[in-house]
Amino acid sequence: MSTHDTGHGHDHTVFQDDIKEPQENWEFLEIAIRELLIEKNVLSAREIQDEIEAWEKKNPEKGAEIIAKAWIDNQFKQRLLADGNKAVSELGFTVETLKLVALENTDQLHHMVVCTLCSCYPRMLLGVPPLWYKSREYRSRTVKEPRAVLREFGTFIPESTEIRVVDSTADCRYLVIPKRPLNTEEMSEPELVKLITRDSMIGTAEALNQHGERPK
Amino acid sequence: MTTLFNIGDVVTVGRGLPPGHVRTPMFLRGRKGKIIKYFGSFPNPERLAYGLSGLPKLNLYQVLFTMGDTWDEGGDYASKDTVTADIYETWLEKT
Amino acid sequence: MENRLISDIGGLPGGPINREEHEPTMTERRIDAMMILLRAKPRSFWASDENRRTIESLEPTTYAESAYYEKWVLAMKSLLLEKGILTETELNTKLSEVRSRESVVER
Repeated sequence: MSTHDTGHGHDHTVFQDDIKEPQENWEFLEIAIRELLIEKNVLSAREIQDEIEAWEKKNPEKGAEIIAKAWIDNQFKQRLLADGNKAVSELGFTVETLKLVALENTDQLHHMVVCTLCSCYPRMLLGVPPLWYKSREYRSRTVKEPRAVLREFGTFIPESTEIRVVDSTADCRYLVIPKRPLNTEEMSEPELVKLITRDSMIGTAEALNQHGERPK
Repeated sequence: MTTLFNIGDVVTVGRGLPPGHVRTPMFLRGRKGKIIKYFGSFPNPERLAYGLSGLPKLNLYQVLFTMGDTWDEGGDYASKDTVTADIYETWLEKT
Repeated sequence: MENRLISDIGGLPGGPINREEHEPTMTERRIDAMMILLRAKPRSFWASDENRRTIESLEPTTYAESAYYEKWVLAMKSLLLEKGILTETELNTKLSEVRSRESVVER
């Protein structure tokens, strides 16, 4: 996977558009709704901008910090598996209303997460989901042809490993703990974080190997 | 909250086709699975969807299905592979 | 087995997955931010399931052909009208004002 640039370095100004002028009906609709909500004091421009900036700070590196900690500290991993919300709160992450469930990938069991009904995703830890996660193709095919989908992602899981597709149909949000790559015992926590890609926490990929490359 | 099912129970997902907002995927209706986790009770999404309170809350379970029990034909999976979904108690029947 | 919601697609056939990365546009970011603000405390104008119900109630062709955030903004519009936060008249007036102001070229 080309590790996704998590979106820094672009303009943060709320009213400066990155398209020259709106083209589509829905882009006009967005402007109209926003202006009305601001005029009627339902929302403020400031709040919208703050919310956008808050979301930009939520990105897969946050999830990766949690996983790296779980790799290094087995007791933390056990707490994460037992009660995700409580364990991530130790690291300063708050997950409200929803139930955070961590899934551990092993040689015997490989989890991959999908939402066949909409696009449920642990946004509070991984940020806004990638387009493919919300696509019709990923959402429809994964529960029936997981191995074909994984091959498309360049991920090869042996037949002897159970693939468990986890459909987030309700109030749980799932975070995959990918397998820790071999020969990483000497690596520091920040070095490990770099191996933990967004896709490895969804389960469409494994973590990168000790050299920071995709495993074959 | 008292639960109707225990971990390990074999259950069948309801075959119902109610109109409106439902969170039980069509591909699992009428399929046989096993309870692997109990998550607690949550407001009923079928009521929340219409601006109602969602009360009384419903028990929510993670149910595991083998791919073989889920698909009658087609697919690309190994014999061990499985799929899980989170299903509210009202949609489950003991097998 | 019909009565299937348009959004309920697990197991249906589909083509290859487009895995191209996409940096959200400002329009998309604003839709996302507004949706969350309207839904979250302290406003709590609607629940996520109302949002889902509204998206599921889109015309099937609109659902199939619309971009992800297009569905979101259409749902936001319906819910704002349904909850009486905006009225159809003020939205239409504003929309034509925005259009005449913003469209430089006739499409």
